[in-house]
Amino acid sequence: MAEAPQETLAGKQSVLEKMPDHPAVKALLAWNAEGLTGALYDRGELTLTVAPDNIAPALSVIKDAGYNAFEDMTAVDWLPSEPRFQLSYHIVSHQYKERIRIKTWLSGDQPAIESITSVWPGANYYEREVFDLFGIRFEGHPNLRRILMPEEWVGYPLRKDYPVEGYR
Amino acid sequence: MLDVGTPILQASPAEGAKDQHMVLNMGPQHPSTHGVLRLVLEIDGEIVVRLYPEIGYLHTGIEKTCESKFYQQVVPLTDRVDYLGPLANNLCYCLAVEKLLGLEIPERAVWIRVLLTELTRLNSHLIWLGTHAMDIGALTVFLYTFREREEILRIFEAVSGQRMMTSYFRIGGLAMEPPLDLFDRIQAFIKTFPEKIDEYSNLLTGNPIFRNRLMGVGHLSPEDAIALAVTGPTMRASGIDFDLRRDMPYSSYEKFQFRVPVSTRCDCWGRYEVRLEEMRESVKIIQQALDGMPGGPVKADAPKIILPDREKMKTQMEALIHHFKIVTEGFNVPAGEVYQGIESGHGQMGYYVVSDGTAKPYRVHMRYPGFASLQALETMCQGRMLADVVAVIGSIDIVLGEIDR
Repeated sequence: MAEAPQETLAGKQSVLEKMPDHPAVKALLAWNAEGLTGALYDRGELTLTVAPDNIAPALSVIKDAGYNAFEDMTAVDWLPSEPRFQLSYHIVSHQYKERIRIKTWLSGDQPAIESITSVWPGANYYEREVFDLFGIRFEGHPNLRRILMPEEWVGYPLRKDYPVEGYR
Repeated sequence: MLDVGTPILQASPAEGAKDQHMVLNMGPQHPSTHGVLRLVLEIDGEIVVRLYPEIGYLHTGIEKTCESKFYQQVVPLTDRVDYLGPLANNLCYCLAVEKLLGLEIPERAVWIRVLLTELTRLNSHLIWLGTHAMDIGALTVFLYTFREREEILRIFEAVSGQRMMTSYFRIGGLAMEPPLDLFDRIQAFIKTFPEKIDEYSNLLTGNPIFRNRLMGVGHLSPEDAIALAVTGPTMRASGIDFDLRRDMPYSSYEKFQFRVPVSTRCDCWGRYEVRLEEMRESVKIIQQALDGMPGGPVKADAPKIILPDREKMKTQMEALIHHFKIVTEGFNVPAGEVYQGIESGHGQMGYYVVSDGTAKPYRVHMRYPGFASLQALETMCQGRMLADVVAVIGSIDIVLGEIDR
């Protein structure tokens, strides 16, 4: 993106003012004006926040807007704040040669979100990993089982209330 | 929707096929799985009906460990993730943290990083070529590729003191100025290296057994490659022309001229051709880096982040204080989150680093190409012979250390 600004743009309003022609922003607004709940342009990376209920449709809108390749997804545990879990999806556009981050927030009490395997089947292992290590359930995932830890493991190692060393 | 594998041991075989299908366990200790990968295969005679990878045997919880280390202490951990391309891991992590800090790196350090990362790519591809050919039955090539790999490891030893776990790239530059004769040594190595690639090619490209084992095997269409998040040479062998070094340049790759090899064959042979060509392109990049190597310091001017030289530390009070502070307390990194992607030998590697403003990373997530490539294994092997599974695993070039982390 040639016209990408240098400074940090915090908040939905300033991003919308400075980057109204950004294909992902435009597509998301055209799909649902209320769908975009927050935006941040920081250190050359654009982050768009959507509501957790909207994640699969929002990502399929982004995919149709040219952000064709799913690259990565993961979670961050912000214990003790609420909502506790942040999910980050990194999508690359081969066409625009640009990466975008889609973010959503989940509450700490029985976190669950819709699976995006219907949009990108390649998210399968990534969602299993997040389920395995954070205990976030993905509704509609074809095979939601632990992937890195043993089947019979108790607890979710990457949560902040899980100790780094010693006995569980 | 593509099927990325349903657990075979729990699922019941298709009706009517109960007596004909056999469940076969391949690995975790199997020479052609490149580590400890376990595959559960449902086979009908010798035809693969379904395939289910079981991973996690090498899981060490590196991402969790990172959260309890200072930023600079994470660098040695990254060596151990993809242990065949240590400098690429170092580079990706350092770039991510430097982006968080907003740190400018001296040009010389950046160029040496490119130089050594391309050598790492050669190292990674040489191991791939040797073991891949060995899986297919061409044992000789392994001895030839490890001959050249040995010299690369000696170069790594010369710069960092370590053959594999280098930790040579640090946040803010390099660990130290490389030894005086290093560039001559690399120059001597790459002068003869293109001939060595021809030598491998002579051993394999015309070999009828090797050709028949790879051609038309492990078909992965471009649509499937994108859908399954496959990246790197495997994706480019499916006809998708995308390389982070050229298309989203980092670490001054935009200053280098090189070609991105692409094949539209979509099979194991295409992957072989692409990687062989990539080695030739890496040699070109190394040559350009050697020719244009700028002078100057190899560390950024940031005394609160980068450890001082030993000499300064022993003679200057401020340097000693900074050294003590960095070692005991680390340095605070501004809050925020960054994702840094680079093109490693296996494909798109990415580090997602989240900072909460303290001296330890709040979260480090590592995206490694092998994890995604493994999802495509079933698509590539379904309906093919059992022996082809070995060829396909070799052709996607996975390292279990990076998959399990």
